[in-house]
Amino acid sequence: MTHLQGIAASSGIAIAKVYPLEAPDLSYSKQDIQQPEEEVKRLHEALDTSKSELETIKEHTKKQLGDEHAEIFSAHLLVLSDPELIQPIEDKIKSDNVNAEAALDETANMFIDMFKNMDNEYMRERAADIQDVTKRVMAHLLNVTFPDPALINEEVVIVADDLTPSDTAQLNKQYVKGFTTDIGGRTSHSAIMARSLEIPAVVGTKNITSQAEKDSMIIVDGINGDVIVNPTDEQVAEYKKKQDEFEEQKKEWAKLKDEPTVTSEGEHVELVANIGTPEDVEGVLNNGGEGVGLYRTEFLYMGKSQLPTEEEQYDAYSSVLKQMGDKPVVVRTLDIGGDKELDYLELPDEMNPFLGYRAIRLCLERDDIFRVQLRALLRASVHGNLKIMFPMIATLDEFRQAKAILEEEREKLNNEGQDVSDDIEVGMMVEIPATAVIARQFAKEVDFFSIGTNDLIQYTMAADRMNERVSYLYQPYNPAILNLVNNVIEAAHAEGKWAGMCGEMAGDEIAIPILLGLGLDEFSMSATSILPARTQIRDLSKKEMASYKEEILSMGTAEEVVAFVKEKTQS
Amino acid sequence: MKEQTFKITSADGVHARPATVLVQNAGKYESDINLHYKEKAVNLKSIMGIMSLGIPAGAEVKITAEGGDEDEAIEHLTTTMKNEGLGE
Repeated sequence: MTHLQGIAASSGIAIAKVYPLEAPDLSYSKQDIQQPEEEVKRLHEALDTSKSELETIKEHTKKQLGDEHAEIFSAHLLVLSDPELIQPIEDKIKSDNVNAEAALDETANMFIDMFKNMDNEYMRERAADIQDVTKRVMAHLLNVTFPDPALINEEVVIVADDLTPSDTAQLNKQYVKGFTTDIGGRTSHSAIMARSLEIPAVVGTKNITSQAEKDSMIIVDGINGDVIVNPTDEQVAEYKKKQDEFEEQKKEWAKLKDEPTVTSEGEHVELVANIGTPEDVEGVLNNGGEGVGLYRTEFLYMGKSQLPTEEEQYDAYSSVLKQMGDKPVVVRTLDIGGDKELDYLELPDEMNPFLGYRAIRLCLERDDIFRVQLRALLRASVHGNLKIMFPMIATLDEFRQAKAILEEEREKLNNEGQDVSDDIEVGMMVEIPATAVIARQFAKEVDFFSIGTNDLIQYTMAADRMNERVSYLYQPYNPAILNLVNNVIEAAHAEGKWAGMCGEMAGDEIAIPILLGLGLDEFSMSATSILPARTQIRDLSKKEMASYKEEILSMGTAEEVVAFVKEKTQS
Repeated sequence: MKEQTFKITSADGVHARPATVLVQNAGKYESDINLHYKEKAVNLKSIMGIMSLGIPAGAEVKITAEGGDEDEAIEHLTTTMKNEGLGE
């Protein structure tokens, strides 16, 4: 038995025989040639054969997966007729008097290296596209057969160094139960296609090709990223069970994708998702998210050498809002500083970063940074249903200041003749216990609360959540936390406002029944938790959960709470 | 010679799909067509040339065309830029 850990690229479990998809031998010898015209002719013949094959694959993909996935082959076809690629190859053949193989290989490698060295993951992945295309041409020059996954006719798991888009497109779901590769990431084409085909996949295992022999048994767990070669009987049984459960669950979840989230008595609550970039929106919609409950804008500022421009931000916010249509999108303004550093801001090191100069504290002082973000948000507001919230608010005065700056920027934009939505709710994160305690006073001025449990717990328990020695104090179910949460929800409702939650806790199986009983309106979680949570909520009665409220809130320990919830919900 | 300047408004910059359409459309014209970004210029009929520029959102780019059908080319590519949501 050999166990490897990779990146879970497409969920599901596959158990089948190994089918190594070996790359054909494309080694060639560099030769001096006498008749360059002959070589150029061979090159063009190989290019033409490759083009017609790619046309076929493109049509096949269009039928199986749709236009969007077939697009990649349009790009591949353009590479094969790219003058900037073909001309240098021809020139090389003629000026160096080398064979077409050598000229193709050397020219293509120059481009591949260039893309691989780009400062952008997306562009680096494009190196694989050029490689895929030139390999096919090379195979035709050498007259070797290119592997054809379409020929597989028994149930297998494909094991390969990497799968090219053309390999993936030819996979027949009937026989190919899953695949695993040495290299690749979640954004590789193979990973994206695997998710569309719903074939379980684990990529980036580093060395699965050297660990798995043809016809040995293999398990691919695309949920957790595990790969097991030559599993024991117990492991096979265990994973078969997991597989059945996953299939059952998927069927159940899928039914609810376009359904509203309702409790057993038909009360609606909102299940929304946490995102970090515009690319995450697709996952939200695929998982039936009813909106975005937390858009973390930090990623726009991180991994850069300077602050993002207003235009960059406007594009990102507009993209999210447009994709979400009329569904709500709650954007959290910049939460940076403390442990999340931005080198270019040159902030001094702090003794207690979590209690230090961060988020709204930084934004109110550096309002030059803050105003740019608010302008971008206000301008983007016309593209959807935008709500804005400020992080790390500790005092009423901070909220008033932040809101005043927002209104100033709105005024400026109005004077410039820019369109701004006049229906933007402005709320705050509740992370600092001080605000949860006097939530009633805040509720008069905010449009909504969103409870950030990760920080609220660590501040309430005075326990650094990064410190393993005090990690036992990270207790979401501690009655102290639940009482604070309850206080926030009651305060919001007393003023006719809504309360949401955007920490890990909102998607937690034990917490959900409690929060439902406390009257939480909006649950924001990772996209993949939405359908499981919706499934759970449909079986819960809000009225019943609410009847336990006083009892739970008066308990003394987190353990009591957990035991109580389990007893009440597992019947 | 004809030219037209654009600001890239697509959040993802110039990515594979819109680049593909641009190259396909540029290929329909006789004129020499180039894409200029910063100090570099590449052949707009070359997918790899365009991808190699790694043009981000917000960038200023210029398309130039020189030849018998330069007017039609610029007009068509300007429409393409807009239709593909690339820039304005």
